[in-house]
Amino acid sequence: MTLTLRWLRRIAGIVPFAVYVTLGLLLPMVAVAVGAFTDNSGNFTFSNISDATHGVYLHGFWQSIILSVVTAILPGIFGLLIAYAVFTAKRGTILRQAIVTASGVFANFGGVPLAFLFVATLGASGLATRWLADIGFNPYDHGFNLYSLIGVIVVYFYFQVPLMVLVILPALEGLRPAWREAAQNLGARSWDYWRFVGGPVLLPSFLGCVLLLFGSALSAYATAEALTSGTIPLTSIQIGSFLNGNVIAGQENVGKALGLGMVVIIAIAMVIYVALQRRAARWLR
Amino acid sequence: MAAIARPREAGSREAGPRASGSRGSYPFWRWVILIVAGVYFLVPLFAALRFAGITAFGSVISETGFTSSLGLSVRLAIVTTLVTIALMLPTGVYVHLRLPKLRRLLEGITILLIVIPPVVLIVGVLQIAPNFLKSTPYLLALEYVILAMPFAYRAIDAGLRALDLKTVVEASNSLGAGWISTLWRVVLPNLRTAVLSAVVLTVALVLGEFTMASLALFQTFPVWIVVNDQTSGQVSVAASLLALFVTWVFLLAITMIGTRQARRTGGGQVTLFVVARQETRGD
Repeated sequence: MTLTLRWLRRIAGIVPFAVYVTLGLLLPMVAVAVGAFTDNSGNFTFSNISDATHGVYLHGFWQSIILSVVTAILPGIFGLLIAYAVFTAKRGTILRQAIVTASGVFANFGGVPLAFLFVATLGASGLATRWLADIGFNPYDHGFNLYSLIGVIVVYFYFQVPLMVLVILPALEGLRPAWREAAQNLGARSWDYWRFVGGPVLLPSFLGCVLLLFGSALSAYATAEALTSGTIPLTSIQIGSFLNGNVIAGQENVGKALGLGMVVIIAIAMVIYVALQRRAARWLR
Repeated sequence: MAAIARPREAGSREAGPRASGSRGSYPFWRWVILIVAGVYFLVPLFAALRFAGITAFGSVISETGFTSSLGLSVRLAIVTTLVTIALMLPTGVYVHLRLPKLRRLLEGITILLIVIPPVVLIVGVLQIAPNFLKSTPYLLALEYVILAMPFAYRAIDAGLRALDLKTVVEASNSLGAGWISTLWRVVLPNLRTAVLSAVVLTVALVLGEFTMASLALFQTFPVWIVVNDQTSGQVSVAASLLALFVTWVFLLAITMIGTRQARRTGGGQVTLFVVARQETRGD
């Protein structure tokens, strides 16, 4: 009895935080999950889930997943290369400072302004489009369209690449110089070092970061919405359109089923992420 | 997003990167990478500047809805910041002092918050929020606190790690200070940089947030930019650039202040996402 009391007193200090998270996050998410299994009159049903996994909504999930995979892997690799270039630059140089700071700024920068920047750049009459057209390669004649999936992918790179630089740098810095020296003393060439030492140590961190980018791309809404005015079939946009009221009567809760589906995908990604982080922590500490 | 990178423990980053012996010059491929990245990141900025033109910047301010939407965003930013700090600072201090075992759990919760899609969250919020909350834009501020928590917590957590909190608090208590006074007059001044970076990240987040605001039908500044695009595309691009530059100045200021302070105290280096601890310098 006294033990529980003491425990309660110890825990008291985080009660405000716990209550806030419960009210502001947990309850709304539970409401979404419950709504996904309820029809309009409040009865239990699977029809929302079934609607959400068929037809246009299934297509939305696929498009979202393709978008997220592409904008996780390519920026992941490109970000790693930039981070490596930064990492091998001497500490404290202006270049390094500039890139790290710029990454912080650009990674924070998504949403509406980003969409407008790219309309001015790669829109049908954007600056870069005209430059390319002048040298005889108008991207719009070669299947490119800023307001389609490929366009959104190009735009997402803008915040995904710097995000990768930021999250992978600490892992790169965890590679001890001593490992490389030891490998060299044992006769390893650069390739051998990366194949047998650096690569395997870095791999879990790299994959973890890529998963993080995946989650970031999947849940992004503002950029795609502002860019395409909600016409692109992505899950996040479709969820939003349920709130905007562009839905057939009787289907209101399908939006919640879509939301649940999205959370489930992200949850799977995060479980793998945590497992990978744990593995990475074995070497990088 | 972000803030995942762990603040690294002191002492582990000794020598830092070295060009592994002989290679002094910067290899060709690195320049290629950096130039490609530079072009990709700078051309859109340049294009937007060209597209907007100088005159559009002047007319942004006189556009209908500009003042009211910016005003709303600023008020939301203030409320969100106050609530976030009031909630996260005592929680962080308490966990560090009394429940160090919970630190991992809290860290886990804050990572979870990062990956929650705002578009799903707002669906649930509009479902369960009582009507008096739904009719006021401050509902957004309350939810922005949730979005800002990861950044705020990580900043504060890193600041607390760099501080010998226990000694400081015990000293303060034995000099007769109560909890409030310890928190306000002893802990807070020591965490100035950490709190400042939490504030800046929160403000930047609120000023740029579009998803929840537009779906809850409140015209904050980013929502206004999109709505206004129908009347004048140029003004919208100009407003976007303005919003960007203001945010950037904010974020740059925080890194600079943080770095300067770190140099003085040897305490923590502030980057935008990680307030990483640097090994104490030999001087």
